[in-house]
Amino acid sequence: MSSHVRVTASLDPRTGAADIMEAPMVEIDHVSLWYGAKLALKDISMSVPKHRVTAYIGPSGCGKTTLLRCLNRMNDLVDGVRTVGAIRIGGTDIGDPALDVTELRKRVGMVFQKSNPFPKSIFENVAYGPRILGVASRADLEGTVERSLRAAALWDEVQDRLGESALGLSGGQQQRLCIARAIAVEPDVLLMDEPCSALDPIATAKIEELMLELKNSYTIVIVTHNMQQAARVSDSTGFMLLGELVEFGVTRALFTNPRDKRTEDYITGRFG
Amino acid sequence: MSGKASQLWRGGEPFIWLTGGALALSLLLVVGLVALIVGNALGFFWPTNVARLTLRDGKTLTGQLVDREPVPAEPGQYRIKLKVANRDLYGADFQWVDEAKIARRDDPADVVVVERTEWGLLIGSIKEVREGGRVLASGPVAGLAEVRRRLPSAADARRDIKRLEKSEIGAINHAQEKIRLGLKRLELQGVTRGAEVDALQQELGRLQARYKEREASLAEIRGGQTASVMVQADDGKEKDLPLLQVLRIDAPNAMGVLGKGAYYLAHVWEFVSGDPRESNTEGGVFPAIFGTVMMVMIMSVIVAPLGVLAAFYLREYAVQGTFVSAVRIAVNNLAGVPSIVFGVFGVGFFIYVVGGTIDRFFYAEALPTPTYGTGGILWASLTLALLTVPVVIVATEEGLASIPRGMREGSLALGATKLETTLRMVLPAVMPSILTGLILAMARAAGEVAPLMITGVVKLAPSLPLDGFWPFVHLDRKFMHLGFHIYDVGFQSPNVDAARPMVFITTLLLLLIVVLMNLFAIGLRHRLRRTYAVSAL
Repeated sequence: MSSHVRVTASLDPRTGAADIMEAPMVEIDHVSLWYGAKLALKDISMSVPKHRVTAYIGPSGCGKTTLLRCLNRMNDLVDGVRTVGAIRIGGTDIGDPALDVTELRKRVGMVFQKSNPFPKSIFENVAYGPRILGVASRADLEGTVERSLRAAALWDEVQDRLGESALGLSGGQQQRLCIARAIAVEPDVLLMDEPCSALDPIATAKIEELMLELKNSYTIVIVTHNMQQAARVSDSTGFMLLGELVEFGVTRALFTNPRDKRTEDYITGRFG
Repeated sequence: MSGKASQLWRGGEPFIWLTGGALALSLLLVVGLVALIVGNALGFFWPTNVARLTLRDGKTLTGQLVDREPVPAEPGQYRIKLKVANRDLYGADFQWVDEAKIARRDDPADVVVVERTEWGLLIGSIKEVREGGRVLASGPVAGLAEVRRRLPSAADARRDIKRLEKSEIGAINHAQEKIRLGLKRLELQGVTRGAEVDALQQELGRLQARYKEREASLAEIRGGQTASVMVQADDGKEKDLPLLQVLRIDAPNAMGVLGKGAYYLAHVWEFVSGDPRESNTEGGVFPAIFGTVMMVMIMSVIVAPLGVLAAFYLREYAVQGTFVSAVRIAVNNLAGVPSIVFGVFGVGFFIYVVGGTIDRFFYAEALPTPTYGTGGILWASLTLALLTVPVVIVATEEGLASIPRGMREGSLALGATKLETTLRMVLPAVMPSILTGLILAMARAAGEVAPLMITGVVKLAPSLPLDGFWPFVHLDRKFMHLGFHIYDVGFQSPNVDAARPMVFITTLLLLLIVVLMNLFAIGLRHRLRRTYAVSAL
């Protein structure tokens, strides 16, 4: 079964379908993925537009996180994973065996569901990526750290305690620190795997605000359980079910006028 | 079961009491152990009064009271143990006296206790002080004053002699030995004559001349110290003791509390900083402290990288499966292997195989005298490193297992390679666990005795494994160790009664050193934890 989903026609002048198709940052081309014998992603094809927020929604276990982790090849770390199909980011086929996966991950940053600051100081957390890239000068690092923390809207809260342990921050601050850490290496794409699932509404609001800010500079792909969140922050949304991309389109259109019955059932709360 | 009993049991109250009782009993045993050691050790250096006992048969006995116990066959009767010292005069340091036989006891103020370089304590009263047949002072009071006046110069002379013997003559001996080995090496190469041999022979001659010079100055120093003190002991026995042999002279019965306190501190200091005398029953244990600490440090330097690398492979790189599980179980069980087994391995492998090979290739000229092919601090440290490596591996592995997967993924997602993740993120985060393992390993190693006895510990080492002669660190040397020292002093001493207090005080010292090293490592770990704020272990 082919599920190359056509973009739902949208009349919204700001995020028109034409716009989406114009500048694809990520192209997913007939990707299927197996965990051992279990098929987890079924022939998925879609494009993620540049400098937009793209959301995947769907019930637990539908494969949205797996799809996200395909984009920076984090699935390589799991034993017994097999993938077919092609993914191109900025025109480069990331499945190419000759491709240096660490180079890919420097271009495609990731923020995890559970915030995972390193057991180091706040400064060292943000400076971790640049240091890996070979930045050694203290002045350069300080500049990058400040810029990243400002971009993640955390600078004002932590500027006078950069030397303290990152594990002493609150949950929301830790997650914003992880965002700052991810953007410190200036990636093209930022993947966010349910970044607010462990946060309270105020911290969530801050991160959502941040996403809207960040999409001017980065292409953001977010996985979320929370349909309201997808509706609030994303420009386009894909609905996944049982490893299948059921429907993908401009967010407002998908939520107000879903084409597929299953999408409608999910967003109206009939299951999930 | 009756209703009440059943209710009581179900309430859990008896079980709480049982568990609490077990804990209390354990604590009591530990506290008792420490109290026994501390109690026995701390009093040792406090100067006890010297009693003069006049027996019913008219004999007098002068000495320090050390023990009192009931006479076995006669109920209600007690006897006391008197340290009469003066081994050279009486033949034994201690004497039992039945209390029933004592007519009178007094503490004469004029009795002095002399610490000397040999034969143990001398107890008696000063009769006179002489120098070359001339009487300088006579009587207890004037004599004591004269001895005290002359003691500093005797101590200086002793220090000069020691310096001459140890450093200068030692250096000459060292150089001579090197030249002799050089000649032997040449001989092994078939060179028995020529410029090279002549130069060495000449050097040898020069050293011999220097040696003669030093010997002359030694004799001169000795000749300058002819003063001696005549001490009168019980039964009219007298001892003419050269002042050069007097380390300290005290009249404990005339001492105030302050004087006794000063005496106490001076002896504690002597104990931790001095060399042992009189087959370890007197003097200090500095070489044993030094040997213990140095061995533990060498062991740590070996065991930490070895254990950490092994644990990293096991947890980070090895494919988890039956084989790795088997290895892990084997490593855990290795910690339970009796330590003497490691000692035997140390002798069989490190000393005979490794050391023997080193000797054959690098020290052939010294053979058949072994250099590395015999026990030494290196082999003892290596053996203990082997003994304690499972502890480090287990602790490190636990630390690695407690680092969340998300943290590693976070690092990899930033474009770090596996190696970068391991070195920059995992290693710092796991450092507190490594230190925990190292603390346990150090505590175990510092207290271990059995494997050391056969891999390089001796009861008296002529020189420390660290000194002023190149290459400064002598890993081939035998060394002294506090744990073995306890065993030696307590059970191998020719003078068990005199040595017994040394057992307790050495034990206390060993405990203190272990606690001190642990505190240092714990402090370090605490600092690391604050820096990294990890909650692991």
